Amino acid sequence: MLVIAVFLLFPAIWTLYLGLTNWRLTGLAAREPDFVGLENYTDALSDPDFRNSLLLTLVFVFFSAIVGQSILGFALAWIARKLRPALRSVVETVVLLAWIIPASVVAFLWLALLDRREGTLNALLGTDGTAWLLEYPMQSIIVFNIWNGTAFSMLLFSSALASVPPSQFETARMAGAGTFATLRDVVLPNIRGHILTNTLLITLWTFNVFAPYLITAGGPQGRTEILGVYIYRVALRDGALGQGAALSLIMIIINLVVAAVYLRLLGRDRPSRRGRKSTRERRA
Amino acid sequence: MSVRAALGVIGRYVFAGFVLVFFALPLLWLLTAPFDSAPSVQVSVPDFTLENFRTLWDNPYAMRSLGNSVIIAAGTMAITLVLAALASYALSRVRIPGRDTLLYLLLLLSSIVTGTAAMVPTFLLMTELGLIDRQLGVVLVLTGGLLPTAIFILKDFMDSTPRSYEESARVFGASSLQILRHVVVPIARPGLATIAVWAVVQVWGNFLVPFILLRSPEQQPAAVVMFTFYTEGGQPNLGLISTFSLLFSIPVVAMYLFVNRRYGFRFHGGIKR
Repeated sequence: MLVIAVFLLFPAIWTLYLGLTNWRLTGLAAREPDFVGLENYTDALSDPDFRNSLLLTLVFVFFSAIVGQSILGFALAWIARKLRPALRSVVETVVLLAWIIPASVVAFLWLALLDRREGTLNALLGTDGTAWLLEYPMQSIIVFNIWNGTAFSMLLFSSALASVPPSQFETARMAGAGTFATLRDVVLPNIRGHILTNTLLITLWTFNVFAPYLITAGGPQGRTEILGVYIYRVALRDGALGQGAALSLIMIIINLVVAAVYLRLLGRDRPSRRGRKSTRERRA
Repeated sequence: MSVRAALGVIGRYVFAGFVLVFFALPLLWLLTAPFDSAPSVQVSVPDFTLENFRTLWDNPYAMRSLGNSVIIAAGTMAITLVLAALASYALSRVRIPGRDTLLYLLLLLSSIVTGTAAMVPTFLLMTELGLIDRQLGVVLVLTGGLLPTAIFILKDFMDSTPRSYEESARVFGASSLQILRHVVVPIARPGLATIAVWAVVQVWGNFLVPFILLRSPEQQPAAVVMFTFYTEGGQPNLGLISTFSLLFSIPVVAMYLFVNRRYGFRFHGGIKR
C-alpha cells in the first residue's frame, strides 16, 4: 500500500502543484520556482505544438487501435476457428511474437524493414530509395502499432467467440444465414461486452504508447509527435518541468475520462458478468 | 452454395497467408542477421557463422546491460510478489468496509497514471529522493506501477483457497505468517507464478522508465543500451545489434511459451490484461 501511495498516488498529486509553477530543469527557475497559477495550462492549450500533438494522437489512436487492432484482431479470431490447427497455431504464434518481443528490439526490426537504401520492404516492392519514415511517417507508425498490438484483441476476441453457445451458430446455419447475418445476429449481441472492454483498453494503452519514439523520435518536423513524445521533449529534453507537469496532468485527466467511461459501462453490465465468473470458478 | 463455400475457404487461406507475411516479415531479420557474417538491414539467406555471438560475448558493455536487465527484472519481481501476496491475502481475509471499491480505485489509478503520463512527476520525485541514476529507483517505480494489478489478480486466487485448511492449521497453533507460508502460498502457487512471469515480462521490455531515470551506461538495462547502439554510433553495428536483440528477446519468448503451455491464457476479473 505504501509503495503504491508513494510511487503512484503521490506523483499524481504533486503534478497538480508543479503544474502551477514555472519550475525548470536548469537555471534560475530550478532553484526557486515561482507560482504562476494556471499559466502553464493556458500556455499549453494555446500552444500550436500541443494542439498538433493532440490531433496526431487522436489520429494515431483512432486508426491504429480502434480501427486497425480491433478489426484485424477480430478477423484473426474469427478466421482462426476454421483453420487447420497446425496453421492456426503458427499464425497465432507469429502475431503473439510481435506483441511480446521487447519494444526496443521491435523498433529496430521496423527500422531495418523500412530502411531507405537496403530495407527489406523496398527490396520486395521494388520501390528502391523510398524513405517510408520521412515520406509517410504517420502511416508508418500506425501500421507499426497495429502490427505490435493486434495480439491482445485477437486473444480477447478468441475467448469471446469461444463463449458464444455453439447451438446458436447451429441454428443460424440451419436457417441458412450467411457469414454477415451470423456475425450481426448471433455474434454481435453475444460479445458486445468484450468489444467494449477491448476498445477501451486498447484506446487507453495506445494513447500512452511511447514506442514510436524509438522509430521516428517524433520527427520529421514533429509529424509523429504523439502526446507522450511531446511531453518528453518539452519536460525532459527542453527542461520546462512546470509546463511538462501541466501536460502530464492533462494526459492523466484524459486517461481518467476513458477509464471512467469504461468502469461505468462495465458496472452496468455487472450482473451478467458476475454470473459468468461464478460458473468459471465452479469449474475450476 | 458449394462455390460460395469454396470461395470462403480460398478467402480464409488468402487472409491467413497475408497475415502471416505481414507479421512474420519484420521478424525474419531477427532470425537471419545474427547468423550472417556480413549482415545488412535486409533479410537474406545468411552466410552462416556464430562469430557474432563471440563478438557480443566479448563486448562488456552489452553483457553488462543484460545483467542490469536481470537485476532490475528480478528485483521488481521479488518486491512485487512479496508485497502483492501479503496485501492480497490480507484483503481476501479481512472484511474492511469499501474493500472492493478500494481495489477498483487502485486498479483505475494504475491504469491512468501510466509511465508515459506520469513521466514528469516520476522524474521529479526520484530527483528529490536522490534515486536518479540508481537501479533501486527504477525498481521502486516499476513496482509501484505493477502492484495494483498484481494484487487484483492474486486476490482472485486467494479467494479460491479454502478457509478450512487455514482453520485447521490455526487449531495446531500456527501463526498468520506461518499459515501464509505453509498453507496459502503452496495452494496459490499458479497465481504467484503467473504474477512473477507477468512482472518480469513487463519490466524486461520497459524502455521509458530506465530511459528517463538512469544516466550512466553502467546502470542501464538492455532495452536502453540497445537504443544507444544505433543512435550514437553513426553507422550501427548490425551484427552486434541483431545478435543482442535475439539474445535479449529469448527470455521473454521462452517464459511466455512456458506459461502458455502450463496454464494457458487467462483473463482475469473485471479488467482483462
